[in-house]
Amino acid sequence: MSTLTLDRPGQTVLMMGNEAIARGAIEAGVDFCAAYPGTPSSEIPESLARVAEHFGLYAEWSTNEIVALEAATAASLAGLRAIVAMKQNGVNVCADFLMTVNLSGTKGGLVIAACDDPSAISSSNEQDSRNFARFADLPLLEPATFQEAKDMTKWAFELSEKIGLPCILRSVTRISHSRGNVELGEIPERTRTAHFEGAYISGAFVPIQHSALHQKLAQAQEEFESSEFNWYAGPEDARFVVMTSGSGWLYSREAVAALGLENEVGILKLGTTWPLPERYVIEHLKRAKEVLIVEETDPFLEQNVKVLLAEQPETQDRIEVYGAKSGHLPGFGDINQDKVARALATIKGLEYRTRDEQYAKKAGELALPGLPPRMPTFCPGCPHRASLWAIKAALKLDGRNGFVTGDIGCYSLGAGPAGFWQLKTLHCMGAGTGLASGFGQLGRFGFDQPVVAVCGDSTFFHAAIPGLINARFNNSNVLMVVLDNGGTAMTGFQPHPSSGRDAVGKPAPVVEIEEICKAIGVDVAVRDPFEVDQAIEDLYDMLQNDGAKVMVFRRRCYLVEAKEKGKRRVYVNAEKCIGDDCGCARFCSRVFNCPGLIWDHDAQRARIDEVVCTGCGVCATLCPRGAIAVEGDER
Amino acid sequence: MKLENDPLNLIITGVGGQGNVLASQIVASAGIKEGLYVTVGETYGASQRGGAVMSHVRFSAKAQCSPLISEGQADIVVGMEPVEALRVMAEFGNAATRIIVNPRPIYPAWVLSGQATYPPIEEILGKLQDLAESVRVVRVAHDGETPPPANLLMVGALAASGTVPMEVASFEEAMREILAPKDLEANLRAFKKGAEAMASD
Repeated sequence: MSTLTLDRPGQTVLMMGNEAIARGAIEAGVDFCAAYPGTPSSEIPESLARVAEHFGLYAEWSTNEIVALEAATAASLAGLRAIVAMKQNGVNVCADFLMTVNLSGTKGGLVIAACDDPSAISSSNEQDSRNFARFADLPLLEPATFQEAKDMTKWAFELSEKIGLPCILRSVTRISHSRGNVELGEIPERTRTAHFEGAYISGAFVPIQHSALHQKLAQAQEEFESSEFNWYAGPEDARFVVMTSGSGWLYSREAVAALGLENEVGILKLGTTWPLPERYVIEHLKRAKEVLIVEETDPFLEQNVKVLLAEQPETQDRIEVYGAKSGHLPGFGDINQDKVARALATIKGLEYRTRDEQYAKKAGELALPGLPPRMPTFCPGCPHRASLWAIKAALKLDGRNGFVTGDIGCYSLGAGPAGFWQLKTLHCMGAGTGLASGFGQLGRFGFDQPVVAVCGDSTFFHAAIPGLINARFNNSNVLMVVLDNGGTAMTGFQPHPSSGRDAVGKPAPVVEIEEICKAIGVDVAVRDPFEVDQAIEDLYDMLQNDGAKVMVFRRRCYLVEAKEKGKRRVYVNAEKCIGDDCGCARFCSRVFNCPGLIWDHDAQRARIDEVVCTGCGVCATLCPRGAIAVEGDER
Repeated sequence: MKLENDPLNLIITGVGGQGNVLASQIVASAGIKEGLYVTVGETYGASQRGGAVMSHVRFSAKAQCSPLISEGQADIVVGMEPVEALRVMAEFGNAATRIIVNPRPIYPAWVLSGQATYPPIEEILGKLQDLAESVRVVRVAHDGETPPPANLLMVGALAASGTVPMEVASFEEAMREILAPKDLEANLRAFKKGAEAMASD
């Protein structure tokens, strides 16, 4: 049985941080969940969608994050409890609504789970979304453990309802995507019904609303003063205090223990970080002479604490504050117990070592030289490899130094060797099309290069349509290529408006990409990128036309295809492959570089790795000797 | 339960697509069933796309650990892919580390394209031997069928290796809870195969 539906209060189970957040929402009796997928947040809505029918709650994949927040807010305004989840970039997409819904206020508990990705493990940036809580005057909670991820989410709904504001729950990759012990709580009966009354107007008497918002925030601050999510661990009279929030708690505890400082260093762990519970913080810092602040990523807590300390009466002794500003912790990237321990060791004049130096030297010298790097690449059978090959070939044929503006999705890897280095710009969702619409206007300034904007199917709906309309309206010379693989592949193949199914797996109306393009009035063609020669030819032809036009390369993600339909056997006909005598320069393994294609050094022939190959067969159409064949489909 | 090393640090490493995440989930669930605190930290940002993947699994009888193992602090390394086991040893190994490794290589894209070469497997195993307290190689006959999934094979080997404190039954119970019914039998078979390979090693 799923740990999300398990009705055994008191039982301890293994849960991913994101599942724990979903479970916390269930234990709060959540009614409504809306989200756009984004790493590291996607498992929150996915988990809720999985149990939606079981609990009778509603879950949807929205077209983007601002729509998700607006939809969830509607549920809140009708008195229901709602949650939205998003990655850090999604918070930016929400920003416009966030900066007005704070003024209008909300009714039913509304929780915004913002999952940041320090070190940008799966992102195009790293940003600290906590700044939005301060920016928008909204209460901020930061879970430090898996247990807290659940318990804090539940409490966030209650707090939101109490003060009539959305509550931001900020997680990070190492909480969201790690797993640990969670003791389950009770699952309540859901009894709320939806009904709207009153008015929620932001923009009427704004200064008065803004002042009321500050009062609500003061109310949250009062709640925070006695919150169970803030605690102090260590000696009563510690002169040195590590102050931390979120993921920093476990790292700090281990760092203090690793240096044997448990008897002299205390840890002040905060779960409620905006607004700061000021009395609570001062009470625990009043004996301290030195404070090290540990957090991911920006010096957010650090700056707020410094402001608080500056406001203290002059009679209080000065406290030395260490953190990002002092250079003891980075202020960028993710952190771990070693970084915290090194910071502590530097301040304390101690030495911190986690392994024998001689061994470390030997391990480095013995293990690393000659170790082949393993760069991420497109999956075996990925249609993007064929699409980017076709784009590269068409641009080369065209010969005018054309280039590709990139967007966010699996195909972002096209900026590197996997996609033949084709993407030359990469920013945020929809940016490729917007940039291309600008480049396409530069002919009057001597610009003579064709511009191709790539964007995924899900990205098309999320953010690229306004850019395309702009290109059409202003008659920009743009070729948009929609890389349509049938789902939001990067984050786990969640459905989107043209997938034909909804978040819970039921059939859904299909919004056709090419029909939208036609309505905008641009030329549109749909091709299969696995018919590579045809794809190249048609792309080349489109590049010769002025104005905005769209090519949809449609081919389902082959990992999903192979999983659902079983994989076909692809093999190299050893009689036809003539190895290096061919003149193709090992095109399949060296140039096209699908992980399923390998070079057999003993036989001096190409070979298929049958474990890795997904059986897509595109290599069979590309081999100049026709030496690769698909079983049952030999040409 | 008392652990000899507390925390006990295990790294499961492999390549995207091999099922690292599922393997670590099963191992960790087995630990929780026996009353331990277990934390799993994953590095799978680009896992589906052929990158190296590593799961840090940390067991403690005392408290919840942080999700990451410190440099040089791996007690056990399970390598689903040999080069990845060596890479992990460079950063996380120490002289007392015990290694369980699947000798079947998965070639990185740069090896396929000829920009890098893959070292001979015996050389990799030799280096692992040099760096660890013990190296146990999990060799299974393919019997002409598709090779068993590396993740459950290696979990089986780990369960039977005596390096982790959990009973085999706890692993099997975790698998029954986590795996979809349609996948259960094939995965239990792979698990048993791994366990047998370890017993006959």
